[in-house]
Amino acid sequence: MLFENFFSMGGYGIYVWSAYAITFIVLILNLFFTIKREKKILRNYKKK
Amino acid sequence: MYRWIQQFGSPKYFYDISLVVSKWIGVICLICFIAGLYGGLVIAPPDYQQGDSYRIIYIHVPASWMSLFVYMILAISGAITLIWRIKIADFVARSSAIIGASFTFLALATGAIWGKPMWGTYWVWDARLTSELILLFLYLGYIALQSSFEDRRVGARAGAILALIGVINIPIIHYSVEWWSTLHQGPTISKLDAPSIHYSMLIPLLLMAIAYKTFYIYTLLINIRSEIIESEYNATWVKKMIGD
Repeated sequence: MLFENFFSMGGYGIYVWSAYAITFIVLILNLFFTIKREKKILRNYKKK
Repeated sequence: MYRWIQQFGSPKYFYDISLVVSKWIGVICLICFIAGLYGGLVIAPPDYQQGDSYRIIYIHVPASWMSLFVYMILAISGAITLIWRIKIADFVARSSAIIGASFTFLALATGAIWGKPMWGTYWVWDARLTSELILLFLYLGYIALQSSFEDRRVGARAGAILALIGVINIPIIHYSVEWWSTLHQGPTISKLDAPSIHYSMLIPLLLMAIAYKTFYIYTLLINIRSEIIESEYNATWVKKMIGD
């Protein structure tokens, strides 16, 4: 019952969860590319 | 003051400190995200007018604050680049642009999604929304401009000038809800008044604000480190530190 409420968000579930999903995706992409870039630069440096 | 800037602007000094700082910032960020999301989505009660849809506030307001904050960082580091030509300042500006644009996009996107059930529309061309959209274009313009010059230093200066001109948009965004009539509500939290929001809703919002800010600093520090290694490729301290 509690879980059902949590997902439906009083009928606003589609809005609330899509907003959170977009935020999550954008922030994770930022983090992913930032870390990937640092790793790549460090790897290339060591190879040199 | 100038000496302090110089020391802080020294790439090696910055690199050493940022390695330690970024770890702790990352930990704080993660804790605040988890606590803020739990508080905002689970503990805080539904709003008496907006029901559960108001929970978008926990990602919308921090994103909006950060879109303005990061722009100010972009403009200030642009000014430092123009006046003192300190390399680190340009690194800060470069590393802030994409994340700043991301925050602005998120403020617009989550606001649009929130607007649909509350206002009945995703978008209105009012002062707050339009000026925030202009902010997004300023970020994108900065990214395009500073990368369109072959000489990095020229690109940095051109970008800095654009960023400084765009500062005029910041007070417009901030005061837009007071100067013009709009669908957008006034500020929930103001420095002068007691907040018009209950503590069970306020604390998760502040936690999310800290989470967003530390997230920005975390990615900023990593990006600056990448910039430093790229630009100091042949420096002896880089060789020593990264090792063979």
